[in-house]
Amino acid sequence: MSEWLAMGGHGFYIWGSFGVSALFMIVEVILVMRRRRSLVQRLGRMIRMKAEVSE
Amino acid sequence: MFNLFKFASPASFYPLAGKLVTLFAIASVILLVIGLYMSFFVAPTDYKQGEGYRIMFIHVPAAWMSMFIYVVMACWAAAGMIWHTRLSSMMASALAPTGAMFTFLALWTGALWGKPMWGAWWVWDARLTSELILLFLYVGFMALESAIDDPRRAARASGLLALVGVINVPIIYYSVQWWNTLHQGSSIKVVKGGVETSMTEIMVWTLLIMTFACWFYTIAVALSRVRSIILERESDSSWVKEMLQGAKS
Repeated sequence: MSEWLAMGGHGFYIWGSFGVSALFMIVEVILVMRRRRSLVQRLGRMIRMKAEVSE
Repeated sequence: MFNLFKFASPASFYPLAGKLVTLFAIASVILLVIGLYMSFFVAPTDYKQGEGYRIMFIHVPAAWMSMFIYVVMACWAAAGMIWHTRLSSMMASALAPTGAMFTFLALWTGALWGKPMWGAWWVWDARLTSELILLFLYVGFMALESAIDDPRRAARASGLLALVGVINVPIIYYSVQWWNTLHQGSSIKVVKGGVETSMTEIMVWTLLIMTFACWFYTIAVALSRVRSIILERESDSSWVKEMLQGAKS
């Protein structure tokens, strides 16, 4: 296992490449989902508030 | 009859995009699992570069996506400028952050590949320099768009920048042929009568699967982002109000 992780001496470069790529892609997905969720909540609140005022 | 222009309106595109996000996200995860498994367990050790060449399976898809996304983004920007369709410029701005991310990853993984193979993290060679300029073009596009308050004027200014910047993409692609670069030549070349490659068949397949995984990832993320942009810009329209009225906070 540790021999496999060492990747013939290139482990640092290989895992540094794939690790950072995975991190960026996961963080981007989280950011995109969070932006959508907070936007839907914010707009929904605003619309309900306006509806209550006009009633 | 299927009416393509029906989906050019944000109101009808919004629900369609939602379904597509799920579809492409699932496809991307499946391909990523297969592609990563092949990258590390199936593809053989390279006779020249040893295990280090495996960086290729993320570096090349990231670099291809960085150029491909830019061209698609510029096409959307052009469509928005020509036909004044609202959705087009929204698509362009939804693609930019993901394109910038893949450009950074291409540079990052390139540096980590360059160090063990060339002995340098970075050299000012034509391929690397033009890819760095691509990153600046993405950043410039996003900065220009967010600096202008009026969405229509922002789309026109950033769209123009995107169009002018397209000239950089063929420069990146052909840089390894036009100039004497330290960067190696194309791994897969389209030549007269077919495709030419220095890789084994299994390496080509792994590369293609990883590329499609990144492509589907981009589609899913960009469509999810464009849904947010649609909601922001159309928040005053009746269909958004009707849809969100029922939504729980």
